[in-house]
Amino acid sequence: MTNKEKQLQQEDMRHIDAMCTNESELQHPWWHNLKYLAVGVLFGITFVKAEVISWFRIQEMFRLHSFHMYGVIGTAVVVGAISVLLIKYFKLPTLYGEQVHFEDKKFDKGVIYGGLIFGIGWAITGACPGPLFAQIGGGFSIVLVTLFSAIAGTWVYGAFRDKLPH
Amino acid sequence: MIELLKQPWHWSVAGVIIGLTVPALLLLGNKKFGISSSLRHICAACLPANIPFFKYNWKKEIWNLFFVAGIAIGAFVAANFLQDPDSVKVADATRQALSEYGIQDYSRLLPADLFNWDNLFTWKGFIFFIVGGFLVGFGTRYAGGCTSGHSIMGLSTLQWPSLVATISFMVGGFASTNLLLPLIFQWFK
Repeated sequence: MTNKEKQLQQEDMRHIDAMCTNESELQHPWWHNLKYLAVGVLFGITFVKAEVISWFRIQEMFRLHSFHMYGVIGTAVVVGAISVLLIKYFKLPTLYGEQVHFEDKKFDKGVIYGGLIFGIGWAITGACPGPLFAQIGGGFSIVLVTLFSAIAGTWVYGAFRDKLPH
Repeated sequence: MIELLKQPWHWSVAGVIIGLTVPALLLLGNKKFGISSSLRHICAACLPANIPFFKYNWKKEIWNLFFVAGIAIGAFVAANFLQDPDSVKVADATRQALSEYGIQDYSRLLPADLFNWDNLFTWKGFIFFIVGGFLVGFGTRYAGGCTSGHSIMGLSTLQWPSLVATISFMVGGFASTNLLLPLIFQWFK
């Protein structure tokens, strides 16, 4: 395999079973990544202060005892959708002048099977992957064990991906 | 101002900030919002083990690891410098249901009755840390995204597979909370 082919294969593999990818063609020194760290910091503060990382809040949500989490996620989707519309309509470029890249997601049954499995885990741990990091930073060091197990779960999925129905 | 920041934030404030993360990442450098991918990049970086699923250029996605490191740092800041002195307010109906499970401690965001190191080598710890975490990591990757990638980024860009994913997350969560957890806590009694 030539280097070019190898690179193409790696590019495709990145997009399999993923929503979140880097679509920039540009390369920058590592410290350019600090701006994502900064966005993460604001995000982490919000997670704690709005109690999104609270196990109790997730329990309330799945018992329909509180509107709080529905309000958070619903507002985020509306704000996100309006922002995306504006970016598309005004063809807003990135900070580096690139065109913002959007791509349609292809459906496979994995979203159902995986979604159900994740949902079960979400209610048990009280955390989706983002809050796992925030729970650890917020002082619950035991969640390191949960995070480690989540990484193991991801690894096992990767190892057995071909044998699972999609 | 700082007093205002210390109170628990309203859902609309959090929703707006989390929603704005989507355009922020897109405009800062064509990055799509998502968090569970970080777990995959950690696998790809640390233990790819020749598995095709982990054989990609994870360095291209290292921004995502900076992002999740930021989340942990931000949470540390909020928990140490912006902490609310009052205990967590939880709906009465939820409190009542949880009290039957022996959960009494509302001083922090997670019940200290469950989430402590003493429970690590018990069945409780096995279920709540090991099994729970495994399901989160396995399920999100199988689904191709989590609450951020599908429910926020995916729904924001009107991707119908992400709607199916979100509904599946919720169905799993409802079943787990209302059918599975009662059985688990019954077993612990």
